[in-house]
Amino acid sequence: MDIGLLGQYLANGVMLGTMYALVAVGFTLFFGVLDVIKFSHGDVLMLGSFTGFTVYIGVLAMGIENPWLMIAVILLVSIAATAAVGALIARYLVLPLKSAPPLNILLITLMLGTAIREAVRLFYPDGSNPKNFPALLPTASVDLGGFALRADSVILVGAGIAVIIGLNLLINRTRLGLAIRAVAQDEETAKIMGINYTMIVLVTFAIGSGAAAFAGIMNGLYYNEVNFGMGLLLGLIGFSAAIIGGLGNIYGAILGGFLFAGLQTVGAVALPFASAYKDVFAFGVVIALMAWKPTGLIAERSSDRV
Amino acid sequence: MKFTENRRAFLSVALAASLSLALAAPALAKDTVKVGFIGPLSGGVSNMGLGGRNSAALAVALRNQDPNAKYEYELEALDDECKPNVGVQVATKMATNRKVVGAVTHYCSAVAMGTVDIYHKFNMPMIVWAAVLPDITYGNEYPEVHRVNGTMINQNETAAEFMTSQGYKTWAIIHDTTDYGKGHNKYFSQFLTEKGGEILGTFGVTSDQQDFTAELTKIKELNPDVVYFGGLTPIAVRIRQQMDKLGIEAQFQGVSGIKSDAYFAGLSGDLAEGTVTFLEGAPAAKLPGGEYFLAEYEKAGFGEDYEAYGPFSFAAMSLLLDAIEEVGPDRKAVTEYLADVKEHDSITGPVTFDEHGQNTVALITKYVAQDGQWVVWEDSEYAGGTRKLTGK
Repeated sequence: MDIGLLGQYLANGVMLGTMYALVAVGFTLFFGVLDVIKFSHGDVLMLGSFTGFTVYIGVLAMGIENPWLMIAVILLVSIAATAAVGALIARYLVLPLKSAPPLNILLITLMLGTAIREAVRLFYPDGSNPKNFPALLPTASVDLGGFALRADSVILVGAGIAVIIGLNLLINRTRLGLAIRAVAQDEETAKIMGINYTMIVLVTFAIGSGAAAFAGIMNGLYYNEVNFGMGLLLGLIGFSAAIIGGLGNIYGAILGGFLFAGLQTVGAVALPFASAYKDVFAFGVVIALMAWKPTGLIAERSSDRV
Repeated sequence: MKFTENRRAFLSVALAASLSLALAAPALAKDTVKVGFIGPLSGGVSNMGLGGRNSAALAVALRNQDPNAKYEYELEALDDECKPNVGVQVATKMATNRKVVGAVTHYCSAVAMGTVDIYHKFNMPMIVWAAVLPDITYGNEYPEVHRVNGTMINQNETAAEFMTSQGYKTWAIIHDTTDYGKGHNKYFSQFLTEKGGEILGTFGVTSDQQDFTAELTKIKELNPDVVYFGGLTPIAVRIRQQMDKLGIEAQFQGVSGIKSDAYFAGLSGDLAEGTVTFLEGAPAAKLPGGEYFLAEYEKAGFGEDYEAYGPFSFAAMSLLLDAIEEVGPDRKAVTEYLADVKEHDSITGPVTFDEHGQNTVALITKYVAQDGQWVVWEDSEYAGGTRKLTGK
């Protein structure tokens, strides 16, 4: 195999890894502050990309032609709307059940995810069919010896990694991040220190859902297609990535996302039998990793979540 | 005493007479007979299912307008979502409803493979209107199972012959891992090797896969003349799109499952241009009863197009209704009638079932994507030489 193709595989893997990591970060944030697993995360992502698609039709109707302006508007509206949905879910479904067994929250969010998915399928115009998401980014490509490096892929990966770094800085370097970490560590003490607990939980859910919306738009721009079922597998993969990385640890989520993408790529490339088994291979390795390190690769320090 | 006896006799006669009158009255208004339709009415291939449903509904509506029809027909259309598990549920629901005499069912082969056992178990005669996997009719001995459209065997034979005659030498095959995709892979590989084509690699993909870059990168490395895809439209759209992303310069060849307008709706720009595909039968306008079908479909004012298999659905439903007219609304009698169908007139040409209930149509039409629609190869600018397939 020559260098160019190796580069192509690497580029594919990095692209997938960035998307998975963005989803996994959401799972890890929610688990960090509230110790809950929010299974509707993948479907919230899908909602984000459908919001983006709707905004696109809207701005097109308004006569805005500049693709950069379009992307800016799409991202802004979609992230804001999805963040609001995330906060609403936290306020009305997750917080009221905080003292109930964690299984209840897991179930209620699982059902919410199904409700969101089916609602989009049934009520979005022609929602059961895949939608042709516009290719707004420049499609110029450089051929590097059998490896077509495309401008849009580079921009998407760059933006995705920037968002991950931004989230990391937000958690570790800002006052808001300090408050989130305080709540994650000890809810009671954080309240005594004057932190508005409910507000912090809502903001955390908004941030996680906003990141999911970003991943959804990224997914749409990359594959030029969105469909009502896209969140199902992405949610599952994001969750697995968060688990193998170490649920509750933001670096773990990023590591898990890239690791899972790497496994899928290796599964499709290196296995001698048909590539149909690449997901079987990737999830199989995840099972093995979990048996080996039940707390994830980067274990959550009990005193320091997120 | 005698008087009372007479009176009783008189009364019973009167009662019997009035009873028979009461029973006879509704017979004048025709009995209602239920027939079924099953196809994917939602999901990624729903446009196909809706086109088939409309065509079947049209056949029923036209029969109901016919004053010579013995029964009033009512269509029950159910949605199998192109998912085997859902298909088994709705097929059971329909087959256990004794009021449904027979049905025209399934676009997706994977679904049909799961449901034929159910129709057999409940003795419900059915006619497949679009699924093309040979095993649906040839893989069992069920007298209830019939099919008006051809199988993928004929389709892939024509495809292999046509593509090799265009001068292509090497192929990479992608197929979904359902019975449908695997069947296409099997028959196409078989005919292609016979005709001297070389297969560089075969890749199975799941039917809801989103990312194909890993498989396609490997294909790029293999550098084939043609990328063959055995599967349905939604995945074909994704693969075609990602081929472009990776800069793969190869001819894209599909199967009957992608001959849908959704292929153009899902692809941005001119990516669809030049894709070739193959379908049993002829375009509606060129069918023996095509003009009649098109005119009536137009008149009925459905919101959706009849799509690739609408005429077959119409023909299947008409055949089922003919059977019921002939032998009455009885499942077993209809099955017996269908066992014996020879040169039966239909809009897709005469229908003859072999011992497996398979219609023996050998006609396959080649299509090429030109300016956002499927054009019959012989009528296209590609055959005329004004445009060229990739790599030619």
